[in-house]
Amino acid sequence: MTLNSEDLHQIAKIEKDKQDGFQHRIHVCVAAGCLSCGSGVLMDALGKEVNRRGLDNWCQIKGVGCLGLCAEGPLISLATSGTYYQGVKVSDVSDILDALGGNPVGRLLCPADTAFFKRQVRIVTENCGRIDPERIEEYIAESGYESLYLALTQMTPPEVIEQVTRSGLRGRGGAGYPTGLKWTTVSKAISSTKFIICNADEGDPGAFMDRSVLESDPHRVIEGMAIAGYATGASQGYIYVRAEYPLAVKRVRLALAQAERLGVLGNNIFNTHFNFTIKVRLGAGAFVCGEETALIASIEGRMGRPRPRPPFPAEFGLWEHPTLINNVETFANVPPIIRKGGKWFAGIGTEKSKGTKVFALAGKIVNTGLIEIPMGTPLRDIVFAIGGGIPGGKGFKAVQTGGPSGGCIPEQFLDMPVDYDSLLQVGSIMGSGGMIVMDETSCMVDVAKFFMEFCMSESCGKCAPCRVGTRQIYDILCRITGNQSTPEDLAMLEDLCDLMKNTSLCGLGQSAPNPVLTTLKYFRDEYLSHIHDRTCLAGACKTVVEVS
Amino acid sequence: MKQHPQKKVRTDLNPSRLLTFKIDERDVSAHEDESILTVARQNGISIPTLCHLDGLSERGACRLCIIEVKGVAKLLPSCVTFPRQDMEVITNSERVVTYRKKILELLFTERNHVCSVCVSNGHCELQNLAVELGVTHVRYPYLYPRHAVDASHSRFSIDHNRCVLCLRCVRVCDEIEGAHTWDIMGRGITSQVITDLNQPWGTSETCTGCGKCVQVCPTGALSEKGKSVAEMIKRRQFLPYLQMMRGRQDDSWQK
Ligand SMILES: Cc1cc2nc3c(=O)[nH]c(=O)nc-3n(C[C@H](O)[C@H](O)[C@H](O)COP(=O)(O)O)c2cc1C
Repeated sequence: MTLNSEDLHQIAKIEKDKQDGFQHRIHVCVAAGCLSCGSGVLMDALGKEVNRRGLDNWCQIKGVGCLGLCAEGPLISLATSGTYYQGVKVSDVSDILDALGGNPVGRLLCPADTAFFKRQVRIVTENCGRIDPERIEEYIAESGYESLYLALTQMTPPEVIEQVTRSGLRGRGGAGYPTGLKWTTVSKAISSTKFIICNADEGDPGAFMDRSVLESDPHRVIEGMAIAGYATGASQGYIYVRAEYPLAVKRVRLALAQAERLGVLGNNIFNTHFNFTIKVRLGAGAFVCGEETALIASIEGRMGRPRPRPPFPAEFGLWEHPTLINNVETFANVPPIIRKGGKWFAGIGTEKSKGTKVFALAGKIVNTGLIEIPMGTPLRDIVFAIGGGIPGGKGFKAVQTGGPSGGCIPEQFLDMPVDYDSLLQVGSIMGSGGMIVMDETSCMVDVAKFFMEFCMSESCGKCAPCRVGTRQIYDILCRITGNQSTPEDLAMLEDLCDLMKNTSLCGLGQSAPNPVLTTLKYFRDEYLSHIHDRTCLAGACKTVVEVS
Repeated sequence: MKQHPQKKVRTDLNPSRLLTFKIDERDVSAHEDESILTVARQNGISIPTLCHLDGLSERGACRLCIIEVKGVAKLLPSCVTFPRQDMEVITNSERVVTYRKKILELLFTERNHVCSVCVSNGHCELQNLAVELGVTHVRYPYLYPRHAVDASHSRFSIDHNRCVLCLRCVRVCDEIEGAHTWDIMGRGITSQVITDLNQPWGTSETCTGCGKCVQVCPTGALSEKGKSVAEMIKRRQFLPYLQMMRGRQDDSWQK
């Protein structure tokens, strides 16, 4: 079955009419965060009560993707009035339904005019919390698959790449590699077989942006991949997603089945010569399998260990064929870029970092959750305005970005605009978007130790500097926090970090020292007081830790 | 087995290009598909290596063969880096030599390399590298892990205390012998080579008992039974012959 644009519009119209037929529409967040605090039961209860009252045609109850403010879950929103309710329990169901059309239930009200909602600019997450991720019709009603149609029927592959290049989009997987350039390279590779891979491994502790996008709006990623396939000449795609994301896996699989049923994936898409299918591959949750060459090895059924580059996957990738590998969020940015043009996208953000970025706010912050903000938003605004500041009246100490590959940014850089280059300048990286806030009770040596322990257990063991270096650095950090260190340990720490950075095989080993190096740079006094005075300035390392 | 795009099989119809470049300020000539390591050795310039062995696929993992290339900030492993016309390679700058020493020191701390009681004492590549690079002492703390010895095989034994995880045994068994008895399990610092699915070597159903793994092992980790301290001398003469018979000369790439 092939679809044309009238079909697409027809589906969208039917869906819109259906929604407009309801007087009230209640959206219940059923992304992993809210589900884990009971939104599934809540949605059932709402449905039952609506049914009992005979209001089925008057009020719609719908499960939607992430509403963002995970800290206050379960969240529901009233799509018709724009009201948000937080911390909703099953016992609140009657009151919520009683209040429809009148004054909202005061005790549940979640203020929606705060910076948390107002400062966000939603591109990647524009449908999150608005559509039912398990129904392709709702995605289509929000202009879904229009970009793919536009690309296939009215643009040549070079024109598609031109728009992506012009948009200034950079890879959201961590390093910020220009997406247009990567697409051009793959399109230039001469091969009858090419592959598109979506990297949904997301292994950084504290990061859950990609999971949320896949759970809340899987079709957006699928559409982005199909457009990439058309632009680069690939007809097979893979989504590599970690098995620890069962809900994301389920929704992606469902979305793929729906897309194939409608014919937006498969052969002769939109009556053109373009064929594209996508398969899902599950990762076993190894951080290193997010590294592109290890990921490819894993899809091929080999052990997930990186190999030296060059040759890069663009030239020599999956089963030796040219392969385009991009992050979930990178692909999710593509449909709006094609629909609204690269120039529109380039108008958002800073000179060298265009568009928006989704961040996962975690740690010592009031509004734990997911936010999407324009590149270049000052760190201070993210932490204090959008994030609501530090709970319990404690003082701010640092923000950790980029996960185990990133660094800790101290107070003095709070006014820094958050973009790829500024973060690099202070020794951190954008990473995939994890942002962990630390207050004055966090010991920075302990933080560095946490990340080094992570890297040590996630090191694949292939190259000697990373395999042994992570262990040696971890041991030193244990000695320091356990008050058993000597002044020489500090020099050795720096020496080993430098060695790993310069000689490790892949990005894991090369960037693993970043949390140590940035804390050494900005919080050296904390190291020194552990070593010389045997005290932890933050009061976190009270007990003497046994050194293993 | 993968074939690196630059490593095409050379024929009259598909000749590789020739180029000249500089290694340590010396002009050298090369095929475009010869690694910098290969060209350096042809010219008598020694670059230390541990995981590399002529005839086996490359891993680029021990990081001892790192070199500097003028105009490139990163250090590159010479076993998997290919020359370009007029490239300037430096193999022995103070920077790379210092890093090589430190990597070697880390390897010494990782397991229990006690030369004085080792079957390979005096014939060990790890030991020779230390001498060559002037590593007289190790500054990092020894980790002293507990590792077992598997002597269940009738003719060979493996002492994991001496293993440097170069994976030559894994590669020779898979690529030359075709048995794939050896592999690796675990990750990071807990990685270990295993036979079959981590069964005692002596009970392995795939091992042909050819002993190639023992001969290619750079240290005393794999040895023949009956050898005492310093008696285990490895014989590798078979490798170039076998790889030629298998037609794999230079075209294997990346395990
Ligand atoms: C240790 C390590 C882990 C990584 N993990 C991820 C990951 O979880 N998700 C991701 O998209 N990229 C990850 N990357 C980056 C990928 O290698 C690759 O650069 C990225 O997927 C490219 O996509 P982009 O151009 O859209 O950013 C990781 C890199 C390293 C070195």
